[in-house]
Amino acid sequence: MASKFQGVDFYGIDGLLTEEERAIRDTVREWIDEHLMPVIGEAYVAGKFPKQLIPGMAELGLFGANLPEEYGCAGLNNVAYGLIMQELERGDSGVRSFASVQGALVMYPIYTFGSEEQRKEWLPQMASGKVIGCFGLTEPDYGSNPSGMITTAKETKDSWVLNGAKMWITNGSTAQAAIIWAKTGKIEDPDSIRGFIVPTDTTGFSAKDQKGKLSLRASDTSELVLQDVHVPKSALLPKSGGLKSPLMCLTAARYGIAWGAVGAAMACYDEAVSYAKQRVMFGKPIGGFQLQQARLADMLTEITKAQLLCVQLGRLKDSGKSTPQQVSLAKRNNVNVATDVARETRRLLGANGILAEYQAMRHLANLESVYTYEGTHDVHTLILGQEITGLSAFN
Amino acid sequence: MKIAVCIKRVPDSETRVKIAADGKTIDEAGVKFVMNPYDEFALEEALRRKEKAGSGEVVVVCLGPAAAQETIRTALSWGADRGVLLQADSIPADPFQTATVIAAELKGTAWDLVLFGRMAIDDYSHQVGPLVAELLGLPCVTAVSHLDIEGTKGVAEREIEGGIEVVNFSLPAVLTTDKSLNEPRLPALKGIMAAKKKPLEVKPVQAGTGTLEIVALMPPPERKEGKIVGEGAGAVGELVRLLREEAKVL
Repeated sequence: MASKFQGVDFYGIDGLLTEEERAIRDTVREWIDEHLMPVIGEAYVAGKFPKQLIPGMAELGLFGANLPEEYGCAGLNNVAYGLIMQELERGDSGVRSFASVQGALVMYPIYTFGSEEQRKEWLPQMASGKVIGCFGLTEPDYGSNPSGMITTAKETKDSWVLNGAKMWITNGSTAQAAIIWAKTGKIEDPDSIRGFIVPTDTTGFSAKDQKGKLSLRASDTSELVLQDVHVPKSALLPKSGGLKSPLMCLTAARYGIAWGAVGAAMACYDEAVSYAKQRVMFGKPIGGFQLQQARLADMLTEITKAQLLCVQLGRLKDSGKSTPQQVSLAKRNNVNVATDVARETRRLLGANGILAEYQAMRHLANLESVYTYEGTHDVHTLILGQEITGLSAFN
Repeated sequence: MKIAVCIKRVPDSETRVKIAADGKTIDEAGVKFVMNPYDEFALEEALRRKEKAGSGEVVVVCLGPAAAQETIRTALSWGADRGVLLQADSIPADPFQTATVIAAELKGTAWDLVLFGRMAIDDYSHQVGPLVAELLGLPCVTAVSHLDIEGTKGVAEREIEGGIEVVNFSLPAVLTTDKSLNEPRLPALKGIMAAKKKPLEVKPVQAGTGTLEIVALMPPPERKEGKIVGEGAGAVGELVRLLREEAKVL
């Protein structure tokens, strides 16, 4: 049995956290050690999300943890929320993705764009894990360009009728409810995009598992098909309007990803350090060789920088001052460096690094998805480029 | 049910402790402190008793430095109702002095149960619980691994060498808890936030030094490097010979 994960804190960053924030982080860390670490390797190889962990995650209060207590959520600040994401992804990106989607992409839009009735109906059930949600924005031909989506919602006398297809949907085949984004007006009009809460057992709704994934294997990814799906008028998220609404959800989720990536990087670094100290080659631990020390020094440096980005971004978000561009910078940087840390750990571990028994290769494969989802690395580059120059390079 | 749970702030068992320059204490720099793991069973039991009864109060009492407030907050995040920190700059090595301070705090309140972990993992003294019982004039069962309570009658099981001892006792009583008693919980995140708002009273106390003095702390001797005798079935004979003649364990 591996020893308990101790985290990585070279700059005394713990001192920037409150007692409650540290207690929350430590609690989730311990839970991951006890419940996820023993099963994740096997779940990953089997290509199965460890569903049995959902009730435990809900009991801890991990779903929508930064939403108010009156809806059954934990009412935490955004730094504490970020620390939860960090610890979940220290376990596995797929498990963090699960919680990110439930909280930031399903509960957040219901809270932000929903009516009071919708909040009361859905949020407590989602916080308690009784209802799992998914988020349908991306389409087979519209990934980085969601404004081009061709899923439609037509209003009839007493309902909305949805038609279209959504792709790369995390939790798609586990979910009981889907937040579906569709155009309610002309197909060339992104301002007509609205959000709908669609129960997945509605006639015409189907979810098909994405087969053959070599990344995020412990996560459910599906294609959704909506064929004449009738939902009542009350399914519309009344305050949603235009592409800005789903993009706000993405900003909320990307914030968590910036933290999550640090968790994956810390897990890899921790593994790299302990391996480098134990593995003997040419008569001494490989950690005694300069090439490995350079690897470790680079990893620690990048992790420390990423941690500081997160804490400051969280404080900005808590004071209502963070911008989507700042979130882009953190997501872009942290996922990129985490991928590098995972890759270098994989290499430091030599042949052992390709085994599921170790974590590095799993994290590396996962992070390749994280690099691409929630705004690809390249899209975040363009967001920052536009912020810097005032000139859009998107089209 | 009114239950007092007495807890201690101790170094995390995962921490590598260093002996301080005085050779008698540990260097606390960089050491993570936690609630004594045996006290977790006491706290868990108290909370379950209260939850089962549907009413009552669980009060956490701790003798420790100002930093032990964090340990008490942890207990509050699990669900305890309030905490009392008996704040002292130096914690006596003599368990009798610790027991005297704790008993003075507990006296005068009609507790149904006073719970302790069976020992603290820093000093291994096993004494504070029974000493407090004696000072309060209450019955005491130590190292309880199973517990049934009906009204004011209690039945406790203790794991003893080669069997189980069953002890009847009447409430109020002092119990010290062992690890198979229950499975301690992790606090819900809401509990951590709620703990901030729960009452935590800090009372400065003076604990006597007592008659026990720690003269020196020493790390255990370094373990000698192992020896590989050989490989496969052919090595068994030599291994048995070494175990018998050199290690003298057979």
